[in-house]
Amino acid sequence: MIKINSKNVDVFYGKKQALFNINLDIEENQVTALIGPSGCGKSTFLRCLNRMNDVIDICRVKGQIIINDFDINDKSCDVVRLREKIGMVFQKPNPFPKTIYENISYGPTIHGMAQSKNEMDEIVENSLKKAALWEEVKDRIHEPGTGLSGGQQQRLCIARAISVKPEVILMDEPCSALDPIATAQIEELIDELKKDHTIIIVTHSMAQAARVSQNTGFFHLGELIEHGSTDKIFKNPENKRTQDYITGRFG
Amino acid sequence: MNKNKEKLLNSRYRAEKRFQFYGKSAIFLALLFLTIFIFKIFSTGYTAFQKTWLIVPVTFDAETMYLDENPSKEDLEDADYFDLALQTMFNLDKSASEKQQNDLKRMVSYFFEREIKRELLNDPSLIGKTKDVYLTASDDLDQVFKGNYPRDLPEDQRRVTDYQLKIFDQLVEQGRVESKFNLSFFTYPDSREAELAGIASSFMGSIFSILVCLVIAFPVAVLAAIYLEEFAPKNRFTDFIEVNINNLAAVPSIVFGLLGLGILLAVFQLPRSTPLVGGITLSLMTLPTIIIACRASLKAVPPSIREAALAMGASKMQTTMHHTVPLSMPGTLSGTIIGLAQALGETAPLILIGMVAFVNTIPGSPLDPAASLPVQIYIWAESAERGFVEKVSACIMVLLGFLIIMNLFAQIIRHKFEKKWS
Repeated sequence: MIKINSKNVDVFYGKKQALFNINLDIEENQVTALIGPSGCGKSTFLRCLNRMNDVIDICRVKGQIIINDFDINDKSCDVVRLREKIGMVFQKPNPFPKTIYENISYGPTIHGMAQSKNEMDEIVENSLKKAALWEEVKDRIHEPGTGLSGGQQQRLCIARAISVKPEVILMDEPCSALDPIATAQIEELIDELKKDHTIIIVTHSMAQAARVSQNTGFFHLGELIEHGSTDKIFKNPENKRTQDYITGRFG
Repeated sequence: MNKNKEKLLNSRYRAEKRFQFYGKSAIFLALLFLTIFIFKIFSTGYTAFQKTWLIVPVTFDAETMYLDENPSKEDLEDADYFDLALQTMFNLDKSASEKQQNDLKRMVSYFFEREIKRELLNDPSLIGKTKDVYLTASDDLDQVFKGNYPRDLPEDQRRVTDYQLKIFDQLVEQGRVESKFNLSFFTYPDSREAELAGIASSFMGSIFSILVCLVIAFPVAVLAAIYLEEFAPKNRFTDFIEVNINNLAAVPSIVFGLLGLGILLAVFQLPRSTPLVGGITLSLMTLPTIIIACRASLKAVPPSIREAALAMGASKMQTTMHHTVPLSMPGTLSGTIIGLAQALGETAPLILIGMVAFVNTIPGSPLDPAASLPVQIYIWAESAERGFVEKVSACIMVLLGFLIIMNLFAQIIRHKFEKKWS
């Protein structure tokens, strides 16, 4: 099933065009990897999906991005609601400088998802369990989240993202600041999370894309060159540029 | 080739050593000036914390006070102590001529009548008896006792007469002169008489001014800074505002004083010489300082924190109020305290709005006339009497102590509450 349907998406930073006519469908409850060399626009596209580009003054987005039969670029779309449905994990772990508990309870609090302290405790515990962090931090959830290791911080950020039960989780190179062991833990987690969430991950590591994703889109110079099942992209790409990138000839 | 290289290396080492030497000399020089400055202030000022008293036997003679037998409390309250006080001083030398009697009278402060009255009110049974009473010595004799007075000047060039010195020396010999901690320096308002002048009114004036300044400047500055930094679109107009805020911070303080004079006093008719007007004027000065500090600390909050909150579905307002502003508060607060410390030391604008007036009452609210500590320093430094010299230094010490405490507080806030992020 198609979860996100993007049609003719163009993005401009001031006068410079960063994305050209992107048409990409994202499958529900699968992992879609976006790959490509630096500056190719894959992160820009990812940030279109929860309208994080709004934060950048000079950025303009054109085209349609349809999620649940609704165009999120429409004027009537409420970004606060949208971001409740579409969570995001960033490149560098960015926990709030507050306790672990407060990090997770923030989203449910502002969206009014818990009626009592008990309910909130439950949400926090479940989110941490789903992010495979509960066992490591259950004795110190009232200590600062910034005191955790890098990998733990990133899992805390994932737990924070899933605390509001989003339908889609966007991940912008979530492992680029982590060591291989922490990376492996996150990848395992991604595999687990796709049962309940649709996941879109931007990555620089082709090996990671091959390991975690079912679908892959290859971006180059602001264009979507090729997309399809990960198997096909890696083993039998149609486009010469895709092949060159995957075999490491540029990038 | 090799030799050249070695030469080059050696000269690089020498250059570094030279540079370090220059740096150390600069620090040494700065510390030297500071030490001289502090030493000078302390050595002139410390005597102001002592006050000289003459211990004079007073005979509480009912007749001299024109009191009937068995006077009531009100009678004692209303009695005339002046003749008694005069008689007390004249008794120091019964053979004094009229001119010498006048000298005797001027050996104590003009408060001496009240000091005698207070003694009797404390213990009405003293009537008819004689008791040693502490009387505040005149500022000149105070200086003589502290050794600050040039006794070897010809008599017509000093305010203390030879006769006064003779009597005073007799009193010293009899152990009737005593030096005690000068509490009145902290509890009395300003006075034309150095021995009775204190910093109570200027201290309270400073406190009220700073409070008014804080109450006005802090909320306005923080709101302006938050709006400019987090919400305002970045365009030419906001750039223009930013440039002007920076300009405002560089405006000489006397200009703000003129503004206070022209607008607050002339147009709005606010009460002259009050900490209210002083505080408003100072808040104009402090405003840009706080705005700049607040914006700088808002800028220092990593964008990743804002993104994290926005991506969780927080609105712009929630992101700002829940995350950015609390994280910027330590920087903002320490900037505010430093701004207030600047305002505390400001003299020129306060002089213009009339806080330089002679105030001999202690203000109870920002609407009462008052001086402020730096203006008090200015007033006393202008006074000719020798007794004010040490007061100036003592007042500087109080002001500096105040400033040091505030700056220390700012440092503590910054170090203790500033969040660290990796």
